[in-house]
Amino acid sequence: MNSLVFRLTLPILFGYLPLGMAFGVLFTTQLDYAWWAAPLMGVVIYAGAGQILAVSLLAASAGLLEVFIAMFVLNARHLFYGLSLLGQFRGAGWRKLYLIFGLTDETYSLLTSRARTQDRLHELDVDFRITAFNQVYWVIGCTLGALLGRNVAFDSTGIEFALVALFIVLTIEQFKALGDAFPVWAGAAAAGVAMILLPPAHQLIGAIAIVTAVLLLQYRHLRTKSIAEGHSHV
Amino acid sequence: MSDTVYLAAFVAVAAIATFATRIIPFLFFERHTEHPLIKHLGRYLPAAVMALLATVFLQRSGDWSATVPGLDAILAGMLVVIIHLWRRNALLSIAAGTAAYMLIRQTGILDSGLAG
Repeated sequence: MNSLVFRLTLPILFGYLPLGMAFGVLFTTQLDYAWWAAPLMGVVIYAGAGQILAVSLLAASAGLLEVFIAMFVLNARHLFYGLSLLGQFRGAGWRKLYLIFGLTDETYSLLTSRARTQDRLHELDVDFRITAFNQVYWVIGCTLGALLGRNVAFDSTGIEFALVALFIVLTIEQFKALGDAFPVWAGAAAAGVAMILLPPAHQLIGAIAIVTAVLLLQYRHLRTKSIAEGHSHV
Repeated sequence: MSDTVYLAAFVAVAAIATFATRIIPFLFFERHTEHPLIKHLGRYLPAAVMALLATVFLQRSGDWSATVPGLDAILAGMLVVIIHLWRRNALLSIAAGTAAYMLIRQTGILDSGLAG
């Protein structure tokens, strides 16, 4: 079974090794903490964009409340991953907690898109191994990057742009999956408004609040429209 | 607070916040997954949040006092968009954009080029 899992997770290996390395290099070149804290974060936090954001928060010695809010907001998209896996993870027993802990963007996308048989317990076991394999790749990447950043001297100025590039890529992928540009423009506009009105520390949470309100209005609008259309058909 | 204590507290808080986003649906929403509002947010919010994160961090990585304000970030960001639409390979897009931004920053090529 492990060779099947390895084959399924191969694309994620190719993504996680370099991205984990980017995080490790960023961590050791931008901060003065011990190198092994980088792989440790890969073990206990296990979030790509989250850990890269954590480097800039650590560099700024951010307050712990701010850290909590920033990490929660950044990872808030995971709230919606869980929603679509509630049924699938039912009956996973002791494995369930780890399946939930390891629910990164890439693992989520693999678990929801792979072919499944009728044997639920067997499939949950495969899900569990996929999650574990992915985290192993990630931690190896973090370790390699941290060692590389510590032992090879090079000018890393600007390497933090990897985070911006990652967000741009994820935005395009979301847009492609959705086929609707409205949330993309709404998100960008909300960010613009928040950046004009609020100090930097509150911009992320402010923009999230604005765009959630916009989406609620859109929901109401769509509902009234569909109810109105429903009546006109009668 | 010593550095080690701060780092330990930081990692613990970051881990709890991340885990919270992953477990909350399983704790609280088990009964509401079919609600149309939850479905609507689940469908549109991820794209909106990614777009706002990209916008905020793009703005923060730009040099807004340069000859052409923010050109360094905008050029690198455009490169990511173009390469990603062209090849759709996340790693390539991220590597190319980051390399371009590092080059611009480390050589100061934009300022010297425009001033000269």
